[in-house]
Amino acid sequence: MQPQRTQRPGGPMGRGPMGGGPMGGFGMVGAKPKNFRGTLTRLLQYFRPQALALSFVVLAAILSTVFNIIGPKILGFATTRLFQGVVQIYMHVPGAHVDFTYIGNIMLILLGLYLISAIFGYLQQYVMAGVAQRTVYLMRKQVDEKLARLPLKFYDSRTHGEILSRAVNDMDNISNTLQQSLTQLITSVVTIIGVIVLMLTISPILSLVVLITLPLSVVVAAQVAKRSQKYFAGQQRALGELNGHVEEMYTGHKIVKAFGREEESIARFKELNDKYYDSGWRAQFISGIIFPMMNSIGNLGYVFVAVVGGVMVANGSLALGDVQAFIQYARQFSMPITQLASITNTIQLTIASAERVFELLDEPEEILEMPAMPALVAPRGTVQFEHVSFRYKDDTPLIEDMNMEVHPGQTIAIVGPTGAGKTTLVNLLMRFYELNSGKILIDGVDIKEMPRGELRRKFGMVLQDTWLFHGSIRDNIAYGREDASEAEIMQAAKAAYADHFIRTMPENYKTELNEEASNISQGQKQLLTIARAILANPEILILDEATSSVDTRTEVLIQKAMTELMQGRTTFVIAHRLSTIRDADTILVMNHGSIIEQGTHEELLAKHGFYAELYNSQFTGRVLEEELV
Amino acid sequence: MIKILRFLRPYRLQISAVLVLIFLQSMANLYLPNLMADIVDNGIVKHDTNYILRVGGLMLVITVAGTIAAIASSYMASRTAIGFGRILRGQIFAHVQGFSLHEFDSVSTASMITRTTNDTTQVQQVVIIMLQMMISAPMMAIGGIILAVNQDATLSWTLVAIVPIVAIVFFLIMRRAIPLFQVMQKKIDRLNLVLDESLTGVRVIRAFDRSNYESQRFDVANLDLTDTAVTVNRIVAALWPTMMLILNLTTIAIFWFGSIRISNGQMQVGALIAFIQYATQILFALLMVSMMFVILPRAAASADRINEVLAMQPEIKDPEQAQSPKDMHGTVEFREVTFRYPGAEEPALAGISFTASPGKVTAIIGGTGSGKSTLISLIPRFYDVQSGNVLVDGVDVRHIAQHDLRAKIGFVPQRAVLFTGTVNENIRFGKADASDEEVRHAAEVAQAMEFIAEMPDGFDSIIAQGGNNVSGGQKQRLSIARALVRRPEIYVFDDSFSALDFKTDAQLRAALMPEIGDSTVLIVAQRVSTVMDADQIIVLDEGKTVGIGTHHTLMQTCEAYREIVSSQLAAEEIA
Repeated sequence: MQPQRTQRPGGPMGRGPMGGGPMGGFGMVGAKPKNFRGTLTRLLQYFRPQALALSFVVLAAILSTVFNIIGPKILGFATTRLFQGVVQIYMHVPGAHVDFTYIGNIMLILLGLYLISAIFGYLQQYVMAGVAQRTVYLMRKQVDEKLARLPLKFYDSRTHGEILSRAVNDMDNISNTLQQSLTQLITSVVTIIGVIVLMLTISPILSLVVLITLPLSVVVAAQVAKRSQKYFAGQQRALGELNGHVEEMYTGHKIVKAFGREEESIARFKELNDKYYDSGWRAQFISGIIFPMMNSIGNLGYVFVAVVGGVMVANGSLALGDVQAFIQYARQFSMPITQLASITNTIQLTIASAERVFELLDEPEEILEMPAMPALVAPRGTVQFEHVSFRYKDDTPLIEDMNMEVHPGQTIAIVGPTGAGKTTLVNLLMRFYELNSGKILIDGVDIKEMPRGELRRKFGMVLQDTWLFHGSIRDNIAYGREDASEAEIMQAAKAAYADHFIRTMPENYKTELNEEASNISQGQKQLLTIARAILANPEILILDEATSSVDTRTEVLIQKAMTELMQGRTTFVIAHRLSTIRDADTILVMNHGSIIEQGTHEELLAKHGFYAELYNSQFTGRVLEEELV
Repeated sequence: MIKILRFLRPYRLQISAVLVLIFLQSMANLYLPNLMADIVDNGIVKHDTNYILRVGGLMLVITVAGTIAAIASSYMASRTAIGFGRILRGQIFAHVQGFSLHEFDSVSTASMITRTTNDTTQVQQVVIIMLQMMISAPMMAIGGIILAVNQDATLSWTLVAIVPIVAIVFFLIMRRAIPLFQVMQKKIDRLNLVLDESLTGVRVIRAFDRSNYESQRFDVANLDLTDTAVTVNRIVAALWPTMMLILNLTTIAIFWFGSIRISNGQMQVGALIAFIQYATQILFALLMVSMMFVILPRAAASADRINEVLAMQPEIKDPEQAQSPKDMHGTVEFREVTFRYPGAEEPALAGISFTASPGKVTAIIGGTGSGKSTLISLIPRFYDVQSGNVLVDGVDVRHIAQHDLRAKIGFVPQRAVLFTGTVNENIRFGKADASDEEVRHAAEVAQAMEFIAEMPDGFDSIIAQGGNNVSGGQKQRLSIARALVRRPEIYVFDDSFSALDFKTDAQLRAALMPEIGDSTVLIVAQRVSTVMDADQIIVLDEGKTVGIGTHHTLMQTCEAYREIVSSQLAAEEIA
């Protein structure tokens, strides 16, 4: 099992740690949430333990913004006083001077305001970092714990990419939004409201002049957001196709070469590349003009204020400082509107992400287990199937009314063409899936009445798709038993004939397996999994006989190790070797995942059924023919 | 980074236009406060309403002109940036298509994909940001300072003083934050790895009842990431408030010093108001420039990775003067061939000599790492030999045009690779102009007919990306059909039968024999049963030939072969 690397679909405006700036949200495309309000409420629940910190953040954001936007109004007083002085000097009023005491005081007040604003601004971000990250930490933890409780059915019906995308990409979205958009949202709203209020207190007429541009901003922002989303969706689709082609052609490079299809591949690439260009530049264009457009609308307001304000000052109905404050407000006005348009989109996407995460959290879990462990009725290693029926899909029966009794130490060979047969058996024995009817008893106890962990510890698995994790060889072997000592680990490695190759590795047992465990061979991986199983010392084994991709010498070692491991244990073996099959106490013949025949080698041959045919075609070359009959 | 910008060359004209347009737009933005100053100083002070309206009209015109310039520049910038991306991607892809397997080995396939997809997008994104925002920033800054000096040279010193302060503050914060961003990225990767492992290994984890252990592992990584994320975000939290504070303090300073100058009659009030606005615009422009420092390092890393790919030259090139092979129906001959993977200590193949003749089956058997797959990948010239010769139809493969050489070969790889498309298209990959009859026949021989018929749309059924909707055995059979439809002179099967069960393997080989006719067949196999009937079996061990002959002769003469056979069949069955 090679760990599948999923590529994270980096959005066209991949939101880096700095965020995408004011326009970040325009470039993102995604599904709309189905239940916005419900999901939002649930997401907000996560903040409950941090309600205090969060209220502080909100308060700090409001204070920081208020102290900041009040500045221009106060500066306006200074301007007015300065202008009065200047005009008086200009008109040669006796004793005319600029009132520097007054202006100086205003400057000091402003200094204080801006300092407080900055401090609150910093505190708000600072505290939010903790709140946001802790919340995401909690959600990630919940997702991980949830994954541990989900039945295998869940895993089998989804790709890893799908699950990872929820646990990683969606979580990332939520994290970024909590960190940035939330406070931005507060700031923007407060700014808009605050600026309007402040403008009204200065001059209702001039406010009206500025507010004329408001609907224009809203319409432009909404229109651009809508359009850019459409084009970005197109761009994403085209990029997806393009990347898909690259992935295929690169992974199949050898084949493309062998069949001399480079030209066709390049031609197809060109076609997709052109398609991407077509929607790509449009998306960029639309999202690129939002900033200049809003800026222009801001300028429009600016011009109106300058003219109307100028005329009013000239009439003497308004102070110059007020006009100056207005100019600053008019400029500050368009920015939060742009931000709001972007944030709305971001929040929608985040809620959609949260929804997907919650969906995962709401998946039905494995059936709860019986707490007590009933006394053992039968000796260790007994397995009984009683009227077992099972199906993955309701309309396709796989196993119907199966009965079987396996005594301790017996070997059961599973034979059949390649297919999902063995997985089904593992699924049932280890209770990864629930039976439709009947029961399986291990050591005389129904597996449903055993705690899952207890049941699964009875089994040892050595499968061909070995699973090793990124860590040292020692840790990988010790996976079989938590409390194993170093001596026991080496003992197990020796018994699995793995000790020798481990000692040839650069750091012996401490050698780290790399991400894809590609620094050891397939055969060596199997030896390690055998060592792991030996260390775990299970009473029942599920084995997979090695077939291909193992060199002969290692295969001999694997075979020896397996045979020793099987001594005295009940063993289910996915068999490929004739000798194993013939020596088995029971043979299960599987085809397309269901058990179609059951019996000993002789019994099954006498039946002249599927097994007999299989046996004849598989194991009897011309050389063997005479010996068969 | 700069090197990669050479692909912008076809857009020189557009870029110049963008520069001019952005310049106009910046000037328009900066000129408004100038006019505003005029309104204050000339209009208001002198109570001249007409003047105010006239200047107002001019401001309106300038605003509209600025908007038009902005839209036009955005239009050209978008086309340029995405066009740049298109050229870049096209170049890389075409370049990579010419690579031999060696280049693919030296940079992993996954990395090659990332370089063509993510890295180009990353670089393209920077070009967009540069053209749409970054260019305007220095223009605004410089233009703003020029206009400021024009209004009042002395007061402009406040602006000049402010620039290094902004730079230093930004530098101090980012110097701490950027390395932490990198650490954070590593921790994210680590968390994903742990999660990925617990997904792939879910059966084993549950079988060993180690869910708790895995949860702990995840929690440690999760906590670790959270700690770093909190630290980073707390550092960055200082950035914006500090910048705003600097901006506001500058305003206060300008106002204070400006007032003094006005009081002395050295400056006018309107100029002061304009000045404050210049300061705002200049500082915002500086902030934009500073963002560049955050984005650039990442894009530069992407650009480096792309340049690395573009700089790689395929090792295998077509001969200057290709020879056309003699008409020998696909005879393959190895003469004292030695091959070593680059950087490897031991040769993968040493002194291999044999001839595979038309109409005959040559099988190659041996353990993992014995060099079987390497041997046959020399035939389509996926790699070049170090010494000796590989001859196809009497001509060294290095003297045949690659396309002509490979046209002779039907290659079936160890791991079947299918492409998105219908079953039909996948088989026709082998021969683009194959008739329906030919496709059908190839599928029949490859034992694929049965499952194709069971598929919802038969030959028109869609194969998903990577062939994920068919089983391993089915994939392999389609991959065989793809080679068969070519009716090549040389068939190469690289351990292609091991994904099949014994029964299908036997049926397929039986059906294959009459098909092959006069062609040369090379089969790499692990199973003795697959090779027993071959006309010639080559036994490889650690890159050397340890035996050549038929099953019977090898059983008598070759110890290594006997070892392989006995490990697969119990002693009494060998006969």
